Amino acid sequence: MHRFANPARFLKIATALTPWLMWTGIALLVGGCYGGLFLSPPDYLQGETVRILYIHVPAAWLGMAGWGGIGSASLMYLIWRHPLAAVAAKAIAAPGAIFTAICLVTGSIWGRPTWGTWWEWDGRMTSMLVMLLLYMGYLAFAGALREKSDNDRALAIFGVIGIVNLPIIHGSVTWWKSLHQPPSLGMKGSAIASEILWPLGLTMSGFTLLFAAIILIRMRTILAMTRTEARLLRMALD
Amino acid sequence: MKPKQQRLLLGVVAVAALVGAGFIALSALESKAAYFYTPSDIRQNAVAVGKPIRLGGMVADQSIKRGMDGVTVRFIVADENSQIPVFFKGITPDLFKEKSGVIAEGSMARSGEFIATNLLAKHDEKYMPPELSKGLSTQGASKP
Repeated sequence: MHRFANPARFLKIATALTPWLMWTGIALLVGGCYGGLFLSPPDYLQGETVRILYIHVPAAWLGMAGWGGIGSASLMYLIWRHPLAAVAAKAIAAPGAIFTAICLVTGSIWGRPTWGTWWEWDGRMTSMLVMLLLYMGYLAFAGALREKSDNDRALAIFGVIGIVNLPIIHGSVTWWKSLHQPPSLGMKGSAIASEILWPLGLTMSGFTLLFAAIILIRMRTILAMTRTEARLLRMALD
Repeated sequence: MKPKQQRLLLGVVAVAALVGAGFIALSALESKAAYFYTPSDIRQNAVAVGKPIRLGGMVADQSIKRGMDGVTVRFIVADENSQIPVFFKGITPDLFKEKSGVIAEGSMARSGEFIATNLLAKHDEKYMPPELSKGLSTQGASKP
């Protein structure tokens, strides 16, 4: 892990890796969307509405995995002071927030025909909304601190504290009586029939690879911007 | 101990504490964060008449009785141990049916009946194609 903390080495690997991640991700997504829209059967109870699952579940996973990434990168920054870890955490925040928002919106659209409501203050929905607010707070904080790298530590502490919400989101449907159903996929297998499940595997891995590609692109952008700023500063001082 | 190791230890302790705090919050809020009461909860805790609550459970088999006007409906919400009769006037959700989960918003009447003002269908975690469900319809009962 420490080997990759060197920005020059990171840039070399990230630049080579990005197109592979992106195009494989897009290919899997196209396959998953085609399978999910045209090949998989409707659900016995929900009918065609079930197809929103192919977007909703990957979005929920990436929203949560995104904060998992912010939390671990922030922790690495706090412990080993790798500047690249701070860059990674900042790069994850906006895509993570967008996927969390997609999860909430698609869930709401699914909830209307299935449950008969757009929104309820149920444990899962509320904890997911809290996560979106955490993301927005993180982004606002990061934007406000842009100039001073001292304060990267305060931002990293925010990133670590946000981890507290992850077990709550995960447990909200099994520990609390909730409107949202318990997880369909778990250690014990799947409660989703295989005909409906396979496109979900494609969109899950496709979105995940695309997410990784976006993070790498954003990290490279942040590094390039830092370099430009440093060079401009040097030129101004000369 | 080097400062780096101290920070590592502190970081590990901090994450353990945060995840622990999340789980403590989950268990401490178990009764407060519940989205609905089960019929057993209502029977055991003697919920006050007229207090707005949500009642959740399975719609009992062959309990749905629709009125002549087409909008009044009576049914029984059950869990493993208790049953509550429910009265509702309005359009029921598409997924509202016997032996599947339902959440009714409303209050208990003096008669012991639950007067619902709104019904939500509760979906379970099972997803399957229509052909497959026909074979399973005899064991279609799922948890609320």
